[in-house]
Amino acid sequence: MAKKFNLKDFFINYGVILVMVLLVIYTSIMSKNFLSVANLNNIMLNISARLVIALGIAGCVITAGCDLSAGRMIGLGGCIAGVLLQREDYASRFFQGGKPMNILLALIIVMVITACFGTVTGFFIAFLNVPPFISTLAMMEIVYGINLLFTNATPLGGYVSTYTELATKKILMIPQLVWISIIIAVISWFIFNMTRHGKYMYAIGANPQAAEVAGVPVKLTMVMIYAKAAAFYGLAGFMFGAKSGGASVNLGLGYEMEAIAACTIGGVSVTGGRGKVSSAVIGVCVFELLKAALQFLGVNANAQWIALGVIIYIAISLDIRKYVARK
Amino acid sequence: MGAKKETTGGINRKGVAVSEYLLELKGVCKSFPGVKALDGVNLSLRPGSVHALMGENGAGKSTLMKCLFGIYKMDEGEIYLNGEKTIINNPDEAMAKGVAMVHQELQPVLPRSVAENMFLGRFPTKNFGPLKVIDHKTMNAETVRWLKEVGMDFDPKTPLANLSIGQMQTIEIAKAVSHEAKVIIFDEPTSSLSDKEVEVLFRIMNELRDKGVAMVYISHKMDEIKRIADDITIMRDGTYVGTWAAKDMTTEDIIAKMVGRELTNIYPARQNTPGEVVLECKNITSIHDHSFQDCSFTVRKGEIVGFGGLVGAQRTELMEAIFGMRNIKSGQIFIDGKEVKSGTPRRAMNAGMGLITEDRRGNGILGCLSIKDNVGVSIYNENLKTGIVLDHPTINQIVDDSIKKLSIKTPSMKEQIGNLSGGNQQKVIIARWLANNPEILFMDEPTRGIDVGAKHEIYEIMVDLAKQGKAIVMISSEMAELLGMSDRVYVMCNGHIRGEITDSEDMTQEKVMSYATMF
Repeated sequence: MAKKFNLKDFFINYGVILVMVLLVIYTSIMSKNFLSVANLNNIMLNISARLVIALGIAGCVITAGCDLSAGRMIGLGGCIAGVLLQREDYASRFFQGGKPMNILLALIIVMVITACFGTVTGFFIAFLNVPPFISTLAMMEIVYGINLLFTNATPLGGYVSTYTELATKKILMIPQLVWISIIIAVISWFIFNMTRHGKYMYAIGANPQAAEVAGVPVKLTMVMIYAKAAAFYGLAGFMFGAKSGGASVNLGLGYEMEAIAACTIGGVSVTGGRGKVSSAVIGVCVFELLKAALQFLGVNANAQWIALGVIIYIAISLDIRKYVARK
Repeated sequence: MGAKKETTGGINRKGVAVSEYLLELKGVCKSFPGVKALDGVNLSLRPGSVHALMGENGAGKSTLMKCLFGIYKMDEGEIYLNGEKTIINNPDEAMAKGVAMVHQELQPVLPRSVAENMFLGRFPTKNFGPLKVIDHKTMNAETVRWLKEVGMDFDPKTPLANLSIGQMQTIEIAKAVSHEAKVIIFDEPTSSLSDKEVEVLFRIMNELRDKGVAMVYISHKMDEIKRIADDITIMRDGTYVGTWAAKDMTTEDIIAKMVGRELTNIYPARQNTPGEVVLECKNITSIHDHSFQDCSFTVRKGEIVGFGGLVGAQRTELMEAIFGMRNIKSGQIFIDGKEVKSGTPRRAMNAGMGLITEDRRGNGILGCLSIKDNVGVSIYNENLKTGIVLDHPTINQIVDDSIKKLSIKTPSMKEQIGNLSGGNQQKVIIARWLANNPEILFMDEPTRGIDVGAKHEIYEIMVDLAKQGKAIVMISSEMAELLGMSDRVYVMCNGHIRGEITDSEDMTQEKVMSYATMF
């Protein structure tokens, strides 16, 4: 069915992207350095780890939930990766006298540990009917406490070069961290569209009662969603560590809110059932490009927060319109 | 039949002559898109009387009362209060004019106190400096006073959640009385009451009658009608059948007048040849006392078994329990002679059952997803290519075939199900289960809210399935559909299976209705 082009619909559907494109064009005219290799590199690195968080949280949002524990899980993931990957000769080494671990093995350990915490969150949500908001809130506190006890609140540093090189070394002009996030996006797309799990996730988001009647294993699917999301947060923590060359317990604080906002800006509906991988990608890009553009335009750093809030209002109001009008 | 109207100047049960009607409804018509719900209905209430309003499911009783109470706006018709023509636009106006309603579904604010529920929206206030604050003392005292009026004695500060449903109902009544209501409508008040609570209700109603209050009493329970009602008005399919004095009517008379319609045969011809028993349920009993109890039935291959009964007979609950959506205290389910423990819908599905639910929007469709996703959700298990990858081409093929086979009207399988008409949504849900290919398909009110054309198509599908040897269990509250489609009928009332009608000779409206009212 060929749909007629409708300017109003076009603005409602692509308004946010349009604003983003215009802003990028405007900023690159006003400030020559905006399109420099160094800056684009930096923006890409910012996007990469945040995209991984958003893709994790997108699963929770699609099932009409949320995940407040994401930020603290990132902190934990970053710290675990940190202690495992410190140089042997680093003076204030966390594990005195050990050898740095294989980087891939360290990553797997990080993701498995955070996934375990995610499984617990999901168990409380699915089997004990604790609302996601509360279950993930509780896990947020627990994970933070564990991280404080574990690291004694000491900042970590002195990473092996193979770890930090993930942010600097490039393959085909693109930093390795960015490649990681691209791989995660592809895997997410595959899970969302090509597996039972993904289809069940959308069904639960659309109508959990109907999904159950149709034979969807609702509880198991919910646990898997939160476990998978937590594994992604662990990975994101690992990536932040590589990018900044260090980690502390406060790494990731508040990132869950940014990720939820990015998802919704891109079109993942908080009422459940709607949202794609591309929604998360668009949302994160809009967010990060906006931040960078405002910085380059010399907007007061504190006022930038206001701009972000305004964008969320506009984007979500437009997004909700799409669905409300259809009823 | 001669609809004889009770004349003015009748005599109430106490032998006191009463004159004139307190409230009259004349020629009330009300249409909803696609259906005429009320067509020229009359109702005349004498002061100091209980007026029973009777009719089958969907006869329009509640719609009429909602028109009177100002919840619906009537298309045509007039209301006379004390002989004066009046207009009621909303429930507030109805209350102000002395009309109160005790709803079928109570809408209490459970965590708040009795007094707060009594005075919700009209809290007494007092001045506290420049502020107006709620006057709890007056509110509690008033509550006690009005409760005493209906012979009740609760602590006004008790949270409502601590009371039984029956006690909550008396509070609703006290609320009605506190509005100084002259007319009180009771919409199926006893459906969830224990015998003792019913006695209390009747005592209150008798007292109100002595005070000259006119009451409308909607109920299906014949013995209650015989006990409490002075007049009976019967409705059928939105039309007015007539009004009679209760003492002149036998239960058989009432049933005959409620169901007395010509059955037009719009049902497809069929020769179902039921085979061996495929489903056997033994003594299925709910964990709740007020729900289904001790229900046993069998279903054969290639058979359409109807479940009749009034709304609230627990038919839906029974089927949902068999399908694993509700807990059962005891009972066994056998499929092909083997016992099945359902427990969850997924396990029931794997055992060869399917359920098309009554509440399509609530637990049927996945509203914001495509037709493909709505059909496919039940077959992802079987359609996997190498491990976990879904076999999209096969799924597309299945969905495409069912769209054609069930003639679902849609531009493509990518269309959101929420954008389709009710009939097409229902066909998509049927397609979901056809794809899954269960041996036993439960269909709960399969044609509710669907236009005639689509209805007929769904009947054809059912007959076709039966021909293929599938067993179909159909719950239907539409008498014509129940009798027209079923090879065999079970009738439930109040959580029990009250009767089984096997002989086609015996399949009459009167028979079903008499089982359905065996409380």
